[in-house]
Amino acid sequence: MDRRILQSPHKPPAAALLGLLAAGALALLAPQHAAWGVDPTQMPTPELQARYSGLTHELRCMQCQNEAIADSPVDLAADLRREVRDMLLAGKSDDDVRDFMTARYGDFILFRPRFAPRTAWLWLAPGVLLLIGAFVSWRIVRARIALVPGDNQPLEEDPGR
Amino acid sequence: MNRFALPVGVFMLLAVVLAIGIKHSPEKGLIKSPLLGKPAPQFSLPNLTDPARVVSSADLKGRWYLFNVWGTWCGECRAEHEMLLEVRRAAVVPLVGMDWKDDDAQALSWLAQLGNPYDAVAVDRSGRTAIDWGVYAAPETFLVNPQGIVVFKQVGALTPEVWMRDILPRLPRVAGKT
Repeated sequence: MDRRILQSPHKPPAAALLGLLAAGALALLAPQHAAWGVDPTQMPTPELQARYSGLTHELRCMQCQNEAIADSPVDLAADLRREVRDMLLAGKSDDDVRDFMTARYGDFILFRPRFAPRTAWLWLAPGVLLLIGAFVSWRIVRARIALVPGDNQPLEEDPGR
Repeated sequence: MNRFALPVGVFMLLAVVLAIGIKHSPEKGLIKSPLLGKPAPQFSLPNLTDPARVVSSADLKGRWYLFNVWGTWCGECRAEHEMLLEVRRAAVVPLVGMDWKDDDAQALSWLAQLGNPYDAVAVDRSGRTAIDWGVYAAPETFLVNPQGIVVFKQVGALTPEVWMRDILPRLPRVAGKT
């Protein structure tokens, strides 16, 4: 520990830069490494692999609830990944897979809820709140402007003058 | 006075919305099954006690049954077992078990040791049928009516309270049945 801290300032700049680059590259790779650790599934084509990866990351592991099935070592997550794989290999669309999952586990299994009458306010509320916020600040700004006499000149008792 | 009206009003509104959210939030992370009110999934699986035969949803058509998902690896299932034996003794509704991702030999010795409350036990080694039922944590118990519709689902152990409150009242009178 101590030695490393003492040594690092004496490293030549090039080596330090290289180290930084390596760390950056590792950080980029890290999430994928984590996924491989749990899920070794290889799809036959890169396109299928991408869809598989996308779907397994947007489906919730129902047992752990805050993890995607792509990242969960739980048995059920492995079973659900197998379903996703088999459905994609059978030529099903991403929406087919989502429908299959929600029919069995409900909307809760989707990390990103779909836009439906039941979830509409969930999606619209942020926009509505933003509009309310904008309206309130507009009102405040207008009120403040009205307080200042029309000419808007700098204050006369400014000590710099 | 007027300056406080808006913030206080917004606060009250937020409090009410959040209170409703908390009130309606699923208890202990329990998720309402989308299966409720829908037809129970079709299945046809090997019979644990008699592997030459199958347990299938088709055979269960036309009568009430409880569908209980369990496994010997599941601690809550052991806790629940006594109640299942009680259900068996009451003889009000057939109890169909599904041994979920389990070892057959272990399952058989579990039933031999603790007693077998089931009319039939289906074996789901792959976990495929459990997914169709939307099972995510054993034990889970479903009540299915003669039309094959799931009318109630219990996640977690079947307790005497659940039996009295949620299951028994839904069943037809015992007198009418026998």
